[in-house]
This record gives sequence, structure tokens and C-alpha cells, in this order.
Amino acid sequence: MSDKTDITLTINGRSHAIRVEARRTLVDAIREDCGQTGTHIGCEHGVCGACTVLVNGEPVRSCLMFAQQADGKEIRTVEGLADGDEMHPMQRAFMENHGLQCGFCTPGFLMLAVGVLEREPDISDHDLIDVLSSNLCRCTGYQNIIKAVRAAAVEMRQS
Amino acid sequence: MKPAPFTRHVPRTVDEVVSALAEFAPLDGRILAGGQSLVPIMAFRMARPAHLIDINEVEGLDRLAVDGDHLSISARVRHGAFHKPVIDGPLGRLLAFVVSHIAHYPIRMRGTFCGSLAHADPASEWCLVAATLDAQLVVKSVRGERIVPVTDFLEGIMSTSLAEDEFLAEARLPLLPDDTKFGFYEFSRRAGDFAMSAALVTYRLVDGVIAEAHLGIGGAEDRARRISEAEDVLNGNPPSPDLYVAAGEAAANAIEPLEDIQTTAEYRCDLVRAVTRRALERSAQ
Amino acid sequence: MTVHTKGTGTTWVGRSIRRLEDPALVTGRGRFTADMPAKHWVRFVRSSVAAGTIENIKAPEGAGIVTAKDLAKLKPIRPMLSKFNYVAVGQPILADGVVRFTGESIAAVYAPSKDQAEDIADQVEVEISEGAPLIDAMDALAEDAPLVHADTKHNVIVEGRIATPGFEDVWKTAHKVLHVEARSRRQNATPMEARAGHAVYDGSTGRVTLTCTTQMPHLTRTAVCDILGIPESELRVVAPDVGGGFGQKMSLAPEYVLLVWLARKLRSSVAWTEDRRENLIASFHSRDQHVQLEGAFDKSGKLLALRGDIVANVGAYSCFPTTCGVEPLMALAELPGPYDVRAYDCRSRGVMTNTCPMAPYRGVSRPVITFVLERLMDKAAAAFGIEPTELRRRNLIDKFPYTSATGLVFDDGSYKETMEMAIKAIDLDAFRKRQKIARDAGRYLGIGFATFSERTGYGSPAFAARGMEITPGFETVYLTIDPSGFVEARIGSSPHGQGLRTSLAQIIADEIGIDPDFIKVVHGDTDRSPYGWGTFASRSLVLSGGASLLAAQKIRAKLLKIASHLLEAAPEDITLQSGSAHVIGTDRSVTIASMARAAYHQTHIFKGEIEPGLTETGTYDPSGTFSNACHVAVVEVDIETGRVEMEKFLVAEDAGLIINPMIADGQVHGGVAQGIGNALLEEIIYDETGNILTSTLADFLPPTTHEIPEIELHHIETLTGNSITKAKGLGEGGAIGAPAAVISAINDALSPFGISIDEMPATPQRIRAALRSSGKLPSNGKIA
Repeated sequence: MSDKTDITLTINGRSHAIRVEARRTLVDAIREDCGQTGTHIGCEHGVCGACTVLVNGEPVRSCLMFAQQADGKEIRTVEGLADGDEMHPMQRAFMENHGLQCGFCTPGFLMLAVGVLEREPDISDHDLIDVLSSNLCRCTGYQNIIKAVRAAAVEMRQS
Repeated sequence: MKPAPFTRHVPRTVDEVVSALAEFAPLDGRILAGGQSLVPIMAFRMARPAHLIDINEVEGLDRLAVDGDHLSISARVRHGAFHKPVIDGPLGRLLAFVVSHIAHYPIRMRGTFCGSLAHADPASEWCLVAATLDAQLVVKSVRGERIVPVTDFLEGIMSTSLAEDEFLAEARLPLLPDDTKFGFYEFSRRAGDFAMSAALVTYRLVDGVIAEAHLGIGGAEDRARRISEAEDVLNGNPPSPDLYVAAGEAAANAIEPLEDIQTTAEYRCDLVRAVTRRALERSAQ
Repeated sequence: MTVHTKGTGTTWVGRSIRRLEDPALVTGRGRFTADMPAKHWVRFVRSSVAAGTIENIKAPEGAGIVTAKDLAKLKPIRPMLSKFNYVAVGQPILADGVVRFTGESIAAVYAPSKDQAEDIADQVEVEISEGAPLIDAMDALAEDAPLVHADTKHNVIVEGRIATPGFEDVWKTAHKVLHVEARSRRQNATPMEARAGHAVYDGSTGRVTLTCTTQMPHLTRTAVCDILGIPESELRVVAPDVGGGFGQKMSLAPEYVLLVWLARKLRSSVAWTEDRRENLIASFHSRDQHVQLEGAFDKSGKLLALRGDIVANVGAYSCFPTTCGVEPLMALAELPGPYDVRAYDCRSRGVMTNTCPMAPYRGVSRPVITFVLERLMDKAAAAFGIEPTELRRRNLIDKFPYTSATGLVFDDGSYKETMEMAIKAIDLDAFRKRQKIARDAGRYLGIGFATFSERTGYGSPAFAARGMEITPGFETVYLTIDPSGFVEARIGSSPHGQGLRTSLAQIIADEIGIDPDFIKVVHGDTDRSPYGWGTFASRSLVLSGGASLLAAQKIRAKLLKIASHLLEAAPEDITLQSGSAHVIGTDRSVTIASMARAAYHQTHIFKGEIEPGLTETGTYDPSGTFSNACHVAVVEVDIETGRVEMEKFLVAEDAGLIINPMIADGQVHGGVAQGIGNALLEEIIYDETGNILTSTLADFLPPTTHEIPEIELHHIETLTGNSITKAKGLGEGGAIGAPAAVISAINDALSPFGISIDEMPATPQRIRAALRSSGKLPSNGKIA
């Protein structure tokens, strides 16, 4: 058995001092050690994207990163998207365009889309669809996810 | 699907990396770079390293620079670094075109160029780039440093000539002359899936005929490699649709195709024929 | 589409109001089973071989482990049919001496964390003496085939036959006979949330609460209690937010039984989260069928007679509660689809093999039979030299009610109208011109039409025809206006992501004149909701919607009575709107909130003329209705690689009155995307030893944004008398029609080669192999 190490995960601006084994994945640490269960686990092998979070602003699969590797880094999850009661434009766009059904993949899509648009606000439509092909959704057929992200992209560019 | 236990080591310098490797490789230790290939197989417990030497905190390993006649890509340069051309000229554009075929955006934020080479998946786009462009690989260990040509590096499916205690510290891609033409085409089931076949071609046009052709095929054999039979078809001839077909035919005839339950050798050859021709067509656009 | 957050129309029904479910789900406040902490985490030790006898199980010292011998008092899972030569077989909760498929649970270990449980499971040594596995149903049919269950006489577990009188006489009159031999490969529904269960023992009451990601909480309670031999009052089953199901979460997971048993034994909390590999190899599979179909046509292209033979590979066990008869028997009853054919002779068999058990998946057999039947129609059209749509036009039913050769009664629909609408919207003539130009340039475009019916919203009489020991049907809704003036609808159905709370709130809101925001729909908790059947068979909106309407009508009547007392006016002079009762033509009104207070706290004023309280029950058990649609796929086939590019998809559908257009469209989008995945990408592959080669999402391939084209939707609303809300179901239709349309389009594209792709998924390898076999490809690959 490997030993546990003390680390600090900063999730949505709040520090969580936790003690984890080296093998602890970031997503398990976020969910189980920090109690932030909005980030979901869909495959644990880096294909479905349900666990996508932002680490220092970059969208990553949190099932393919170890928690200890995120020590001291800024992590953002779906719980941190809204500003108090004021939802993020991406969250509103998903609701208004019916970009979700069961909602299981939704946090991953939200973080992916927000992460990419913050880094590349002027991303082309073609590239945006390519980015969205990173994550799997089984309910929506993607039509309304694409519509929602396009709508939010326009709003994010304006703000 | 949780990885088996392991001990993580976090060296800060390359010297520390190689000494950690010397110490722990014999105890089933290995390098952790981006982890985008290694961590999934650990999750399935198909890999159970006892020690991981995590190079993500090592100073300077994200170096990406032109040194004389080549582009140096250090061990922790991530795929995403190539999204926009890293240098002016054909090499930067080639890398930017190829990178968009590698898995998906979040994977490209973590996965590394050198990690792909060391993992040596036959379907790896970077292995194909390295093989086609005759990359030189800088390999380090406590025993010193050696420079390995890519043909001696890639040995087979997930297999390289790296010794147990060796670390792939840097890949060197030769710069391409400004008038180099290139074309890349990949066939996969879904966007971002492993290539079932891919072709990369570079050449120059001298007096209207193809010269210095490099034509590499990936995903079709146990490793990516240049196909000299197809290059011979190209060199000395003016580009034409018939020539592209002939090069595809030559490539298909030259390979030893991988087979699996869904994919016959015949089908793999069909793909090689198609991707070769299409890469050549793209090179002319 | 415009989305209204507050409507301006006169009714809530028919408007795209934002879903009441969404605010929690987009902010990370959804509650899924895997989010719950537990004292003990369970990991199942699963068989690595497909068939064999367990010789020994050795656990590491001190490990918490459960094996079949600990569960000797538990009954097996043993669903029953009383018809169709059904042979009952039992599934033990953990393999008892014999393993019958790769992935079957042999033992359960438990530890304080998931990681540790997996570490222990890794160390459990299982010795199995391997037997010869049966993987393909055709092999299992052989006379000398080994038996998957030693206590049966053969591997055919269910066999149905329907033959109309005088069939052969009709057959003899045929002008042309067309034949299709089709294969549908095995698929997995792949909800993004895999299965998960959490059971906690309450020391003070001795009850267990099982939270699990199920489509059927009440049936789960019944099944678990039957197997454990405990009263249902000792178990509460909760289905919290469910991350998609598509049928896979309808059948009882043996793992949940183990969790309840273990929670009782440990007097603690235990949980299991299925990982993706387990889901792909050992959750339920579907659609593994061989279908032979022959059609006899008269000179005018009218279908006279249909002869079929269906073999469904149902895997190693029979799923609860439907039984594994669900695929073969649905195929048997619904094979003629939307076409008028009077002579029918079909045999359909379910065959056991050493593979993962089959269970319903969105559309059940209909994606397969629609694909096969539409192949037959396309072949017939080619034989008659007419457009495939013209052949369909000559055969689609158009007089209602229509009683099919198998005895199904089709209510009003728009089979021809939706097809004509689709032909016009896609501009078939323009496509044919474009196709010709492309072909001349060496590009192969194709168009495919699929017309089909979707039997939805059927109650117990329809299910009784199958002879099910457990016959699903009715739905009940308890509707309460509590003293606060808020409305609570407690429903027996149990949605898994389709926005049912919103749609039901719209129906109730119209009836009692209150905003949907004031209506809370409660589901998925056996302590809170009436006994119900859950979500499957495109039924929830029709059944729960009907029950909601019935309950709301009663509440409305009672509110009018109360208002009549309070406002001193005749009930017929009072309207309910915007949360108040109004006396028409006056300014006199009273709020629903005040009426609710009076109903509970001022009952004396009604002098015994009105019962206290404001709760009403509605139960609905209808005969069923048929939705219908026409799907159109436009594809381009790359003949060098066999790859299919989806250019466009179009749906003209009719699901009766649409309650929430935004939600309805979303259901169609999602179904179509799954259908496209089924048609092109998704396949569970066993090797000959019974090992699964597609145990990751890099091998089993659900589509991404790149593989799904723009989906254009058109609607017709045929109002039916068979549904009191006038709504028909539409949850499955997208998945039913899309595979047929896509494969039809591929065949249309490849018609110059004289080949027929009759297998799904139509992978590039299969398409390229067929092209090669045509002998019409030039040897150097590219066609000039």
C-alpha cells in the first residue's frame, strides 16, 4: 500500500485540505474527499468527458489526472459556474435551448464549453463542433447542446 | 475501475528523473507524463506500475524551440502546444494540421508529444510524424545520453528500444524547407478515435517533379514507418492523380497489415491505398 | 424554436416552457445514486469465462466476501410467461456452481472504499473448469448443442407462431416474391450514468432504503422482497435523478438484491457503482437477432403476404419483469409494421446462449424489424422499378381503426401524410438530380425512407396478451393541494431524464388554473408515490399524463364546489385561472390558496357537503395508441473505405397532441442519434470463446457531435380517442426509424453495385467487403 499525502485542492476558490493516496484520481478526490458531487464519472477511461473540469483554466478529464497532480492548482467545477444566484450564460443557454435531458453529462459539457470559450472566444463554428465531439451525450442527439453553446458563445463574447 | 496502488515520485530536474528511473525502473517503475494513455490502462489494471516518476514538475521540460536545423520538443510539451503553428513555415503548419486529429481537446491539454512516442501505439499520429520526418530522439539515463533515429526507436506495438532506465527527454524534428509540400489523411471510425490507417507525405517540387519524398504510414502495421516503395514511385515524377493512385498501390503492397476480428488484412490495405492517395491529394491543394 | 418561460397562449399544454428539472442539473445540484457516501463499498468478482463450473473460490484472509452459499435462502430471479412455450429459468444472485456468461457475478467483496474493494476482488482466486460456450444463437439451435441451462430440454426458451388462415393460398397468387436475410448485431443501451445502488439499514425500524438508478422503483421493491422473502413494507426503493436508462435500467439488476441483503446482514450502508467495463459486458444487451423475411406482392406492388422467421439471441438468463420474450414476441406481433397485409405467417424464437442477458432497449425489437421490413420494401420497389416511396404509398394503412393481421388495432394516424410531408420537405426530386450528378463524378449519395408505427401508452390488456405473470399497465397519480396552496402530484411512473415533471405540470396546470411553477411532481420513491410501473414503452406521458388529468379533473370539480360555497355562486358560473376561482362577469374571486386553507382548516363552513382535504387519485389504464413517423436519411458512402457520412436527417412525426414541443423534439433528436449509432457504429463483439472485445468506449462507439448531422423535424398532430390527453408517446420512435432510414440510404447510394447491405451496424468493413464482393470495383481503388 502506498502512503497518503497531504494536499490542498482549491475548488472554485475554496481550499480543501485532504489526504490522498497517489492513485486517487482527481475526480474521485473532488467528489469523495471534497464532497463536490456535481462532477460526474461516466467511463473512468478518458473517453466520455463527463468528468471534465477546468484546471488552471484548461479543460481536462479529471479521471485521467491524479489528485496529487492538482495540488495547489485552481480547479473549477460546475458548482462554481454560477455567481451566487446569477447563472453563467452557458447554464442559462443549456436551459433555454433544452441542451440537457437526464443531466448526467451536462456538467462535463458545461465545463468543456466554458473552458474552451474563455480561452478562445472567437473559435470558429466548425472548431466548436469539433471541441464538443470530445464529450458523449446519450440523450440529446447533440442538436440542442450545439445550439446552446453557440448561443452562450455569442453572449460570452458580448460581455 | 481504480488504479492499483503505486508510489509517486516527483523529481524537479532531469538528473533527478534519470536517477529515480535508475532506482525504480527495476522495481516496476515508469514515467508519468500526460497520462492520457497510461492512466486509462491503469484504470483497467492492465498496467500496474509500482512506481510512477511524474515529470510534470520538472523545470524546463516544456521547452519547444528551434535549435539550428531542427525543432526541439522536450518531454512535457503537450499536444495542445501545436494547435497554432509553433514556427513559421511548413513544419509548423503540418504539426497544427495533424494535432487536430489527436483524440479530443481536453486530452490534448494533457497528453505529450514525447509521451506518445514512448507509448508507441501504432495508431499514434505523432509516431507517424516522427517516422515520416526522420526524427532524432534524445534519450537520457544515469549512464549518459544517446541520440536515436526514430527507425531504431519504434520497435513494434507499444514497444520501443528505450532501455528500462532510459527517459525520452526530447524529440527533434528536422525543419522543412519553405517550399515543402505536405499532406496528411487519417481514417478512423469516429472523429478522435484511433487511426485505422493514416498517411503523411512531404516532398518538394523541383522543376515540376517530386523530390525528397517522405511517405509514412501509421495505424496499419505494428509501427509507423516510411514506405520507400511508395516514395520511389513519387520521386522524379510530376504530381498527378495517376501517380497518387500508383503510390497508394505501392504502399498497400508494401505493408504487413495488422488484422483483428473486424478488420481483415485486405481491408487494411484498402485503407492504406485510400489514405495515401488522399494525403497526396491534400498535399497538392 | 422559441422557448417561452411564461406563456402567452391560453393553455400551458402546447408550449415550450423551460423544464422544471433543469436548474438543479445545470448547477451540479442534481442527486444521482453514486453521489451518496457509504460505509461499505461492494465490488463484484465477475467470471472471465463464458461457460464453466466453479471449482473453488478463494478469498484473501479476512476479506469481506459473499458467495452463492451465503445466499442459499434467496430465491432466484425467475420471471414467467404462461404462453408461447416459455421455459422458466432461474438466475441466481451470484453464480451458483455454474457460470453462464462472461461478466456474471461470482462473488461480492466489500471494503471501506471502492479502491480497497477492487484490490480485494483482484485477489480473489476463482477456479473454473471451462465448458464449451455457445455465443451465436444459430449454434445454440443445433440438435446436439450443449444446454445453457441443464434443466431445460433445449435452448429455445420462448417460441411464438402466428399464421393467418389460408396463408398458403394467398402466397400462391404472388406476382413477385422478395426475400431478406438480415442480421442485427448485439448492442448496449449505454446510458451515460451506468448502474449504481446504495442500500442503508435503519436500526430503529429494521427497514432498508435502496437508492438505485432504476426506471421501475416499485417493481424493484416487489422483486427484491420476493427474492429475499420479506414484506414489501420493509423496503423503500428510491430512484433519484437517473442518468438515462433507455430500457437498460428497467430490468432488475441482481446486484441490487445483493446490496439489500448485505445491508441487512451488516446492519449498515453498502453501495456499488458499476464501472463502464461492467456496464458494457455485464449489464444488459439487446438487438442480437437473425431475421428471415419474405414478402409476396401482386402485380401492382401491393403486399399480399408476409412470411418471417426470427431468432433472437436472448443471452444466458431471462430479465425481470418482462422476461426475455420481450424481443422475439414484440417482433412477432409487430413485424407487419404500418403496412396493410392480410396474410401473415411468422415464427419467432428466443434462444439462450452464453452471453450477457438481453433486456429491452429503446424501441425493443422494432428498430430491427423496421430495418428488415423496410429492406424488403426497398427491394420490392427495385424489383418493380419504382421509387421506394411509391411502393410504400401503395401499402401504407390509411383507414382507421385498422386491425392488423396480428390483431393489433391501430387508432387514427398519419402514415401516408407524414411520408408525403417528408418527401416534400427533403425535396426527393431535387435529390435524385443531385444524386445523378454526384454519381457521374464518382460520388455515391443515397436517400433512405423509413415509415413506421410506434405502439405507445398501452395498459394492462395489451400486456396480458403476452401471458406475463407480472402484467404491467395502469398508472396512478395522487394529486394534492396542501394547505399552503401548492400542488403536489405523486406519480407511480419514474422518469430518467425526459422532463416528465414539466410535461405533467403543464397538463395539471391547465386543468386547475395554476402556474406550473406551483406544481411539484414527486416520483421515484416507493414511500411517497403510488404503486406504478415506471418508465418504458413510450408510456409515461400517456399513462401518467392521463392519470394526472383524471386526478386534476376531480380536484377541479372539488375546487369549483368550494368556490361555489365561498363565492356564493353556481359552479358553472365559476372559472379557474391564474391561481384563483372567478365568478364569470364579476370581480368576485378567491385564490386557490384560500380555498386550500378552507378545505383543511375551515371544513365546518361546508356543513358536511364537501369532504375535508384536497387530495384526489387518478388511475389510467388505456388500451394503447400508435404514434407514427417517416424518417429520411441522406448519406454519402465513401466506396474506397466503406465509410458512411451522414449528410442530413429529417423526421416527419405524429405523436398526437404535443404537450411541450421543446421536450418532444428533444426526445426525437436523442432517439435518432441512438438509431444512427445503432445503424453505423455500435456493436458488442464476442470472440469465439465468449470474451467481449468491446469493453471500453473506445471500442463500443456511441456517436459524437461529428457523426450526428442536423436533424430537421416536422410534426402532424392527429388527435386520438385512445388517449385522454390526446398525447401519444414518442420516446422510442427516433430510435425505431433511424436505423432503417440510414441503411436504406446506404443501399440506395450503392445501388449501382448491385449489392445489399442487410446487416447492422453497417460498419465500413462490412460495406467495403460487400463492395468488393460485387466485382464492380476497379482494381486500383478509385472509380474514375
